Amino acid sequence: MSNRIDVKKTYKLFINGAFPRTESGRTYEIKNAKGGFIANPCLASRKDLKDAVVAARAAQSGWNKASAYNKGQILYRIAEMLEGRRAQFVDEIVGVTGVTKAKADKEVIDSVDRLVWYAGWSDKLSSLSGALNPVAGPYYNFTVPESMGVIAAIAPEMPSLLGLIDSIAPIIVGGNTVVVLASTKAPLSAMSFAEVIATSDVPAGVINILTGKKDEIAPWMASHMDIDGFDISGLGAKSHGAVRIAGAENLKRIYSFKSADPGRILAFLENKTVWHPIGL
Amino acid sequence: METPVSFDYAPAPESRSLVSIKPKYGHFIGGKFVAGSKHFPTINPATEEVLSQIALAGKADVDAAVKAARKAYTSTWSKMSGKERGKYLFRIARIMQERAREFAVLETLDNGKPIRESRDVDVPLAAAHFFYHAGWADKLEFAGLGTSTKPHGVAGQIIPWNFPLLMLAWKVAPALATGNTVVLKPAESTSLTALLFAEVCQLAELPAGVVNIVTGDGSTGALIVNHPGIDKIAFTGSTEVGKIIARAIAPTHKSVTLELGGKAANIIFEDAAIDEAIEGIVDGIFFNQGHVCCAGSRLILQENIADEVLTKLKKRMAQIRVGDPMDKNTDLGAINSKEQLLKIRELSASGDAEGAQRWSAPCDLPAKGYWFAPTIFTGVTQSHRIVREEIFGPVLSVLTFRTPREAIDKANNTPFGLSAGIWSEKGSRILWASQQLRAGVIWANTFNKFDPTSPFGGYKESGWGREGGRHGLSAYLKGVGHE
Repeated sequence: MSNRIDVKKTYKLFINGAFPRTESGRTYEIKNAKGGFIANPCLASRKDLKDAVVAARAAQSGWNKASAYNKGQILYRIAEMLEGRRAQFVDEIVGVTGVTKAKADKEVIDSVDRLVWYAGWSDKLSSLSGALNPVAGPYYNFTVPESMGVIAAIAPEMPSLLGLIDSIAPIIVGGNTVVVLASTKAPLSAMSFAEVIATSDVPAGVINILTGKKDEIAPWMASHMDIDGFDISGLGAKSHGAVRIAGAENLKRIYSFKSADPGRILAFLENKTVWHPIGL
Repeated sequence: METPVSFDYAPAPESRSLVSIKPKYGHFIGGKFVAGSKHFPTINPATEEVLSQIALAGKADVDAAVKAARKAYTSTWSKMSGKERGKYLFRIARIMQERAREFAVLETLDNGKPIRESRDVDVPLAAAHFFYHAGWADKLEFAGLGTSTKPHGVAGQIIPWNFPLLMLAWKVAPALATGNTVVLKPAESTSLTALLFAEVCQLAELPAGVVNIVTGDGSTGALIVNHPGIDKIAFTGSTEVGKIIARAIAPTHKSVTLELGGKAANIIFEDAAIDEAIEGIVDGIFFNQGHVCCAGSRLILQENIADEVLTKLKKRMAQIRVGDPMDKNTDLGAINSKEQLLKIRELSASGDAEGAQRWSAPCDLPAKGYWFAPTIFTGVTQSHRIVREEIFGPVLSVLTFRTPREAIDKANNTPFGLSAGIWSEKGSRILWASQQLRAGVIWANTFNKFDPTSPFGGYKESGWGREGGRHGLSAYLKGVGHE
């Protein structure tokens, strides 16, 4: 048996392509299924959220401008990077949740495949939600889906990796940027996933990941005036009403989803209709 | 030297004998007209003449309407095939076309808008909305909206006073086509065409309770929004009320669509066809007295053409004929209510107070009724209230820009995002600007055009959801759009 001391990882936030600690200095403790210490992830503060939104807003127009082909390739690149690090994710999921290795492996495989599925949607959204409208007059009139802006998301507690991917990929595939709160109980795979993102050509600020408490951060997200939409799938149903009331101040689009389907992508897209006369 | 010839218009009044207005109205519940208890007057805003007494629905009336709608949904409408539902909608469209002139006269009397607009825009478009949606009723599974084509059930619909019949059509037609039944409340000041529409429902033999119309004010609207028997709310009106509704239904399972306010930018680039742009500016802000949520109320001019555009615009504005809405020559009718007139005056006064320069077209305003001359404000800044707040009247604020990027930044500098206009003869610039503008409807080299096939609705604080096209259908189907 080796006497070597492990080099353990410090789990930090992921904001604007960098890995800062929370400005608040607050952390909480993650233990394994047997009660042993694993890590001290950050308890993100309101200021961390603000920083993440600033980064997401700054990144949005550039990401939106990237071609659908380019966005699709970057999402596919995330899948490639995740595939290459499967073993690490399996170990982390097993360590934190205590599930079997086979079950953890299934979640990681599903996560990779889910990313590939979303990647393919990037250049098909206007086929799904666009239209050429036959108006009764000499006008060319079309409707196209367009990004909504900065979207916040609360990822579900479990499955912590696959749920996180469903909270990120459908939001960014259409040109939005995202600030996501990872699973509170099992945040490690989220922060390791940030390392995957950091090596996948995703521009800084497009994906920002926080760790912390839902009850603390969800109301801040709901009332933030520079967040356009909010995916509350990972938030308990009893908190939905309060979050929706707070979100009404800037008429945030707030949704909760039960599955991964194209509706999840379209929910955070606006539809723009353009008219132009036809004539000589 | 020759004496200048003056061509005056002879009055060309539409006949009001086409409509018979009852002295008093009730509600339309379960296929029948039922008497109301309290009443309030509805007036012709062009003359201040009382046209009729409108019933003010209270809790018992709204309960009865919701009950009738639920019964019709459960026993009839949800069981009927789409093919049969569609035929009722086709019938309604046809009857509205047949009685178009009557609807137009009634709309103009009650609303104050020029007969030219109610005759050529409101009523034909309302019929077109029924015709368009009629065809969807048996084709919902082909609308590309996913596998669910189930309606919500009972829809509560609250509509504004600026396009009374047209907004009714925007709400009722898609709701019925998708299999919902409705409880509709017209605006307090413009109930008459909705009550005539109730007669059309009877003539079309629409099953009792599928459409219920209760009249009243904001208190009636609140009863609808908060009614536990209603599954879906559709509202068109102010952003302020929209937010109240959003909060009210937040803890419930009600689905909602909101079409709210706007402060649209109308951008004129230096290469625009100026004479056409002048017409577009006028259509943008003076159509329907500016009582249009998507009105082009912020004119954004490239600096080097600003003087030329303003000179031509003032000349054109001086030719706008303001006055009797029943006269077929009239361009700008009456402001819909005293309350609205006071709002327009108050916000205009803030323009004066904040240092902007006001110019109004020289015109004689009638002594009776509610009127406001076509007006522009120059020398405004982006922080002025008159630039930031929706005025909902014939008042235009003028800003200038030097670079296209600056034009877009100014256009997008608003919490609203309903519509925007672009005037340029350069295709690539139009397409670039249309991508940059954060608004749901972009009119390029045109303005204020509407069609049932064309989705309408806003970004940001201009609302939730779309009306028209297949996007509009999703608002009335379960599991599609807003949960």
